[in-house]
Amino acid sequence: MADQVKLTKKDRIAVWWRSTFLQGSWNYERMQNGGFAYSLIPALKKLYKTKEERSAALTRHLEFFNTHPYLASPVLGVTLALEEERSNGAPIDDVTIQGVKVGMMGPFAGIGDPVFWFTVKPIIGSLAASLAMSGNILGPIIYFVAWNLIRMSFMWYTQELGYRAGSKITDDLSGNLLQNITKGASILGMFILGSLVNRWVTVKFTPVVSNVALDKKAYIHWDKLAAGGKGIQQALLQQQQGLSLTARKLTTLQDNLDQLIPGLAGLLLTFFCMWLLKKKVSPIVMILGLFVLGVILHVLHIM
Amino acid sequence: MQLNFIQIILVLIVAFLAGMEGILDQFHFHQPVIACTLIGLVTGDLTPCLILGGELQMIALGWANIGAAVAPDAALASVASAIILVLGGQGKAGVSTAIAIAVPLAVAGLLLTILVRTLATGIAHIMDAAAKEGSFRKIDFWQAIATCLQGLRIAIPAGLILAIGAGPVRGLLSLMPAWLTDGLAIGGGLVVAVGYAMVINMMASREVWPFFAIGFVLATIKDLTLIGLGAIGLALALIYLVLSQSGGSGDGSSNSNVGDPVGDIIDNY
Repeated sequence: MADQVKLTKKDRIAVWWRSTFLQGSWNYERMQNGGFAYSLIPALKKLYKTKEERSAALTRHLEFFNTHPYLASPVLGVTLALEEERSNGAPIDDVTIQGVKVGMMGPFAGIGDPVFWFTVKPIIGSLAASLAMSGNILGPIIYFVAWNLIRMSFMWYTQELGYRAGSKITDDLSGNLLQNITKGASILGMFILGSLVNRWVTVKFTPVVSNVALDKKAYIHWDKLAAGGKGIQQALLQQQQGLSLTARKLTTLQDNLDQLIPGLAGLLLTFFCMWLLKKKVSPIVMILGLFVLGVILHVLHIM
Repeated sequence: MQLNFIQIILVLIVAFLAGMEGILDQFHFHQPVIACTLIGLVTGDLTPCLILGGELQMIALGWANIGAAVAPDAALASVASAIILVLGGQGKAGVSTAIAIAVPLAVAGLLLTILVRTLATGIAHIMDAAAKEGSFRKIDFWQAIATCLQGLRIAIPAGLILAIGAGPVRGLLSLMPAWLTDGLAIGGGLVVAVGYAMVINMMASREVWPFFAIGFVLATIKDLTLIGLGAIGLALALIYLVLSQSGGSGDGSSNSNVGDPVGDIIDNY
C-alpha cells in the first residue's frame, strides 16, 4: 500500500456544490440516480483511474436513489468514505455500498420532510410573506438569505459528518437521535401550524346579527364637540373612556364568533379540508372550489 | 405596460431559474415571494409584484415535493401571474385577479413537470450508456441538459405570455367585474386552509395534537410575533423530549448515554 489516495477538502467541497443539482435529472424510473452519480464525479475521478473502474463506479451509482434533497448529503458523505476505502483496497463490494445508500435514504427522508418542508419553510415563508404583503422588500430578502444559509451549512456539515463517521453513521442515527429529531420537529411543526391556521386562514362573516340603539351616555355626540383641533382631542379622549363612535351598536356574526375564540371559523374550515383530503379529494379541486365558494358567498353578502 | 428588449431577456432568465429550482428545490428561486419579487424588480413594477408574491406564498406554504409526488407548481404560478400583473398595468388593484389566475397555472405547471420528469427517464438511459464508457463528461452534459429542460418548462410559457402582449391581457382583465375580483380575494383567504390541511394530515398524531391546540390559542394574542411563537414552540418541543425520556427510562443509571445524544455526537465529532 504505497500510495493511499485520499479525498481532500477541495474534493469534498466540489461534491457538496454538485449536490445542489441532485434532482436536476429526477425521473420516474430511478429518481435521483443521475444526480447522485453526477455529485460524486469529482471524487470518482480522483479515486479511479482506469476506464473499467470508472465505468463500474458510475454504473453502481446510477442505481435507484431517492431521499429528501438535503438529507442526501450525509449519504453522499458516507458513500465518499466507502468509495475511498474501496479504492485503497478495502473489501467493500457493490452490495455493501448500495445497501448503505438504500438503508439511509428512507429514514433520512423521514427527517427531511417534517424538518425542512413542514417546519422551517412554513416559519420562514409565513414571516417573509407577511412582510411582503405589506410591501416590505425585506420579506423576500430574509427568505432567500435565511433559507440558503440554513440549507448550505446543513448540507456541508452533514456531508462532513457522514464522511467522518463512514459506515458507522447508521449506528449513530438508528437509536434515539433519529426519533428525537423527528418527534421534536413534528411538535414544533404542529405548534406553528396551529398558530398559522389562526393567523392566516381568513374567514369573515359580514351579516349583521343585532343593531341596538345605545344609551345616550355611551356614544360620542359629534354635533356637540368643539370645532377644530380641540374637538378632535375631545373625541379621542371620549373614545379612550370607552364611548362608542356611533349611536347604534352593530354586531356582526363575526363579532359573535370571535367571542368564542378568534379564528374558530378558519379552524373548522381547515378540519373540513383535512377531512376532504382523507376522502381523496384532490387539493387542486379544493382550491378551485374555495375560490368559487368565496365568490358565491360574497355575492350573497354572507362574506 | 410594454417591456423593452432587455427587460424581456431578464424576465426569461428569472423564469428559467424558477423552472430549474422547481425541481432542484435548493435556492428556492421558484418560491412565489422570491420569483414574483424578481419579476417585479426586472420590470420596474416592484411593489405590486412583491405583494402578489407574499399572498401567493401564503397559499403555497404547504406545497412540497414529497417522495415521488409532485406538488402544485409554484414556479409557473408565480412567474406567469407576475408577468400578467405587470402587463395588465393595474398595479396593486390587479393583485387579487392575478392570484386567481395563478391557481389554474399551478395545475398547468404540474402537468408540465410530469412531462419533463418522464422525458428525464430517457436521459437516465443515455446516462447508463455513458457510464458503460466510463465517461464523466457525458454524465455532466446530460445532467445539465435535464436541468435546463426544467428551466425551459417555465421560460417557454413565460415567453408565450410576453409574445401575446399587454393588449389582450389587459382586455381580458378589464372584463372582470368587481364582485368577481372581490369574491376571489375572499376565496384567497380561504384557500390557505388547503395547504395547512395537507401538512397537518402528514404530521398529525395523537401525541402532537395538544401542541396544535396550544399554538392556535396563543396565536390569538396579537402581540406575539411569529418569531416569538417559534421560540415558544421550540422550547415546548425540547421540554417534551427531555421529560418523555426521563419518564421512559425509569432507573436513569442503567443507560447513561441516552441523556444527551446530540451532545454525544458533538463531542465525538
